[in-house]
Amino acid sequence: MMLISCPWCGPREEAEFHYGGQAHVSYPEDPSALSDEEWARFLFYRDNPKGPFAERWNHSASCRRWFNVIRDTVTYEILAVYPVGTPKPVIA
Amino acid sequence: MAEQTTVRPTVRRSPLALAADRLADVAAATGGAVSIAEVPFLAQLNLRLDPKGPAADAAGKELGVALPTAAGVAARAGELTIAWLGPDEWLVIGPAGGEGDLEARLRSALGTGHPAVVDVSAQRTVLELSGPRVRDLLAFGCALDLHPRSFSEGACAQTRLAQAQVVLIARESGAFWVLVRSSFASYLADWLIDASVEFTGPQA
Repeated sequence: MMLISCPWCGPREEAEFHYGGQAHVSYPEDPSALSDEEWARFLFYRDNPKGPFAERWNHSASCRRWFNVIRDTVTYEILAVYPVGTPKPVIA
Repeated sequence: MAEQTTVRPTVRRSPLALAADRLADVAAATGGAVSIAEVPFLAQLNLRLDPKGPAADAAGKELGVALPTAAGVAARAGELTIAWLGPDEWLVIGPAGGEGDLEARLRSALGTGHPAVVDVSAQRTVLELSGPRVRDLLAFGCALDLHPRSFSEGACAQTRLAQAQVVLIARESGAFWVLVRSSFASYLADWLIDASVEFTGPQA
C-alpha cells in the first residue's frame, strides 16, 4: 500500500486514490490535421519507463482533485507531488 | 356522491430508522465505552465558490463564520457546521428542516459570483458516536490518524470507513459525526455495531 500525499488533504492511503495514467499528455493543437497513426499514438501510446514516471492521480475518496505525482516504477517511491498545470519538476 | 378520500400524513423515514434500537443497544453492551445514535434529517448544503472571490466573504457574513480555507477544518457558527470538503467546496450542516431557508438565505447573499448552493440533505445521514473508546472503534476501519493530537475538535476529513466513503467531523467532548451516504448507512451501522463488540465483556 502506497502512502500518497494529496496536495490538499495530506498523506492518505492508496485506496483513496484513482489512477489517471501518464501526465503531461497534451491534447493535439489541431486534431483534424492528424493522421490515423498520429491520432492512435496520442490516444493509446504511453511511456512505460523503468524508474521515475510522471502520472496523474485523483483523490477520489476525499477532495476529488486531480494532481500529478512522480513515482518510481521500480521502488514505488513517490518522488514529487505537484499541481496540474505546473511543469514537471526535475528529479535528480 | 363524492368519494371520501383520506389524506395520508407525509411519512418520512430516516435511513437508519430501522437500526435505531440496535444502535441504542451499543451503549449498554459496551458499558458506555461507545454510544452510537443517528441524527436524522439534518440540513446539508453543498457550497461551491471561488475561495478568493467576493462570494466567499458574503458566505462568511451570512453564515456567521468565515469559510474555512485550510484543509480538514470544520468551522462552527451557532447551530451551523461548515466543513471543508475541497479547495472550493464546503458542506454546511444545520438543524433538521432548515435546508430550504438556509439555501434561500445563501443564494440571496452570494449574488452573482458563480456560486453553487445545492441542497444535499437527503444524500447523507449523520451518525453521532461518543464515548471514551470511539477513536479506537473508528480506527478499526479508518486509516487516518485519529489521535487527539492530530484529529481534535474542529477537524474534519473525507475518507473511507470500512470501505464506505464518509465525512468524519470531530465534535466537542470527544464525540464524532460520521456522515455516510444514505444507501451505505445500514451497512455502516451494521459494521459499527459489529466492531463495537470488541468493547463488550469484562476487559472493556
